[in-house]
Amino acid sequence: MKHTLSVLVENTPGALSRITGLFSGRAFNIESLNVAATLDPTLSHLTLVTRGDEHIIEQIIKQLRRLIDVLKVVDVSEGEFVEREMSLIKVRAEEEYRAEILRISDIFRCKIVDVSPKSYTLEVTGPESKLKAVIELLRPIGIKEITRTGNIAMMREKKTI
Amino acid sequence: MCSQPNSIATGVKYMTKMTGKEMVVEALKQEGVDVIFGFPGGAIIDVYDTLEKDGTIKHVLVRHEQGAAHAADGYARASGKVGVCIATSGPGATNTVTGIATAYMDSIPMVIFTGQVPTALIGNDAFQEVDIVGITRPCTKHNYLVKDVNDLPRVLKEAFYVARSGRPGPVLIDLPKDVQNGRAEFDYPQDIKLRSYNPVIEPHGKQVERAYRLIEKAKRPVIYAGGGIIISNADTELRALAKAMHIPVTMTLMGLGGFPGSHELSLGMLGMHGTYCANMAMANSDVIIAVGARFDDRVTGKIEAFAPLAKIIHVDIDPTSIQKNVKVDVPIVGDCKRILKKLLDIVKDVGRPDEAWIDQHKAWLQQLDTWKKRHPLTYKMEPGVIKPQNVIERLYEMTKGRAIITTEVGQNQMWTAQFYKFDNPRTLLTSGGLGTMGYGFPAAIGAQMAFPDKLVVDVAGDGSIQMNIQEMATAMEQRLPVKIVILNNQFLGMVRQWQELFYNRCYASTEFEMTPDFVKLAEAYGAKGFRATRPEEIDDVLSKGLEAEGLAIMEFAIAREEGVFPMVPAGKATTEMLLV
Repeated sequence: MKHTLSVLVENTPGALSRITGLFSGRAFNIESLNVAATLDPTLSHLTLVTRGDEHIIEQIIKQLRRLIDVLKVVDVSEGEFVEREMSLIKVRAEEEYRAEILRISDIFRCKIVDVSPKSYTLEVTGPESKLKAVIELLRPIGIKEITRTGNIAMMREKKTI
Repeated sequence: MCSQPNSIATGVKYMTKMTGKEMVVEALKQEGVDVIFGFPGGAIIDVYDTLEKDGTIKHVLVRHEQGAAHAADGYARASGKVGVCIATSGPGATNTVTGIATAYMDSIPMVIFTGQVPTALIGNDAFQEVDIVGITRPCTKHNYLVKDVNDLPRVLKEAFYVARSGRPGPVLIDLPKDVQNGRAEFDYPQDIKLRSYNPVIEPHGKQVERAYRLIEKAKRPVIYAGGGIIISNADTELRALAKAMHIPVTMTLMGLGGFPGSHELSLGMLGMHGTYCANMAMANSDVIIAVGARFDDRVTGKIEAFAPLAKIIHVDIDPTSIQKNVKVDVPIVGDCKRILKKLLDIVKDVGRPDEAWIDQHKAWLQQLDTWKKRHPLTYKMEPGVIKPQNVIERLYEMTKGRAIITTEVGQNQMWTAQFYKFDNPRTLLTSGGLGTMGYGFPAAIGAQMAFPDKLVVDVAGDGSIQMNIQEMATAMEQRLPVKIVILNNQFLGMVRQWQELFYNRCYASTEFEMTPDFVKLAEAYGAKGFRATRPEEIDDVLSKGLEAEGLAIMEFAIAREEGVFPMVPAGKATTEMLLV
């Protein structure tokens, strides 16, 4: 099953490599990984999407907690949570496709962040399912390049990591 | 020594500017380190210069950095203190890696200092540059590359604290040359708190009570004790608990000595080369009390067939060990010693009469006794041929079980574990987790440095002794009276045994066509050498070697194709033992 983990970690060189090294060394999966500093610049918040049965997820969480640089690990997918991903999609935009691209962009509330005579770059934000839908609709037109942030997530209501 | 020490008095706290190399030496003193093991080089020469001028810390110059790491490890295992070693950058650092991984797998507290090229050159593929922090990330508990000398006091304090607290382990500090020579305020913290590292020491009271209730009803309980008993110095509590509740104890290789091997409740070692009785006990037990053990594959055998009838109580300081390999009914996270103490308190509070416990476990203890008698640890004597087990038995008797024994890895290690009865903790030093050939001899050097007056014996095979034989020079130089027993079968015996049993006797690359003359080798180093080729010479060679002044090799030409039994073939259930 898919799990989304929120990890609070010291913002020091090598900390990320300890985490990714743990995953490769113990044969765990990483589906996506996102990391950036928190309000406190000495800490980083890392969102990690992984897959595994209950036993593997338990080991992943425990092993992460064992790392000296890791302050906190929460499986946010255990309770109510919101998750978002952002993608930049550069799509072919010759004359005949422009209207269609704009229509798709409008329906999914995307933003056009760059325009050139031959391409549009769209910014899409939402849950993974929405990103997938946009990609599927744009694919026949011709996606030139795509980049995704990976999921970021947060527990709902009063709970914080 | 070269000049007067430039140090601050312990206990007096005032700010002073110091160089990085001086901080290292000062921290060693404040941490109570009296001996370190190492090998110098260009990137660590500055620390060496300060060590020499300061003159308070004994430095043991090894002949290979792997030897330094194992010696620090042996020192730590024997004494319970943090072992320290030091090496230069590049190859010096990489040579310590096997020693670090060995300590990591067996949870041994160590601090390793490595020199590094100046910070400005890091990443430039400079001479003798290697990313040792990157290399050792998966085999250290934690590691540091110090880029600013201002961070050094904190890093030094943290390193020792992390190494010895919680589940102990090796911590590496990489010191660029400019950091060793940079100056900063030195205010060595007396206490340290890390926001991201707070090992659980005190157990959850409710969990301990749950464990007691399970044990109270058990008809066929067994305590499965691991290296955690020794690390947390919980042997007294373990003995008291086993005695109070009349519960038999089996030990892992790492746990040997944690409970007296000659005690009537001892079942000996369990697992792949464990006793018949211990493996049968686990397979038939209804409650297993695992203390400081991690259900390693060499212990469980085929996991689906492991202890099918038992409820499992698992006591461990490391939550990752719990539920890793087997399902646990009552997990208790915390320090073994405190948990056993709490359990003992409950036993005392409840105050069941002794007879009630005896009565409850009578049938079980009788059953265990039957198993013990049915297949005791044994071997077949052959006229004119030295049996390795016989050598270990005689070594046990002649040392009255009082020596500190180190082993290499392979058959020598298993025969020692089986036939030397370890009654006290920290008397068997052996590489359990990583299984490092070449560990035993340098570890014996470390142990002898910790206990100059004790008898320290390395039991080796002719294969593994050659992996760190160069440390003979170290032992001679330090005048260490380490004794080496070499069980020589001119084979890599354990691999040969597997080839015999599972590879149709195809002895691929396990036979040594050439082995050095170990007696002459000893003499070449200025040590004593003795050799036995017939059983009647065993005692004579042992007594000559053990009584010789200084370093001595005792070589025994043993039955070449002797095997270690019982044996559970890899991947089989532990009840499927091949017996003698």
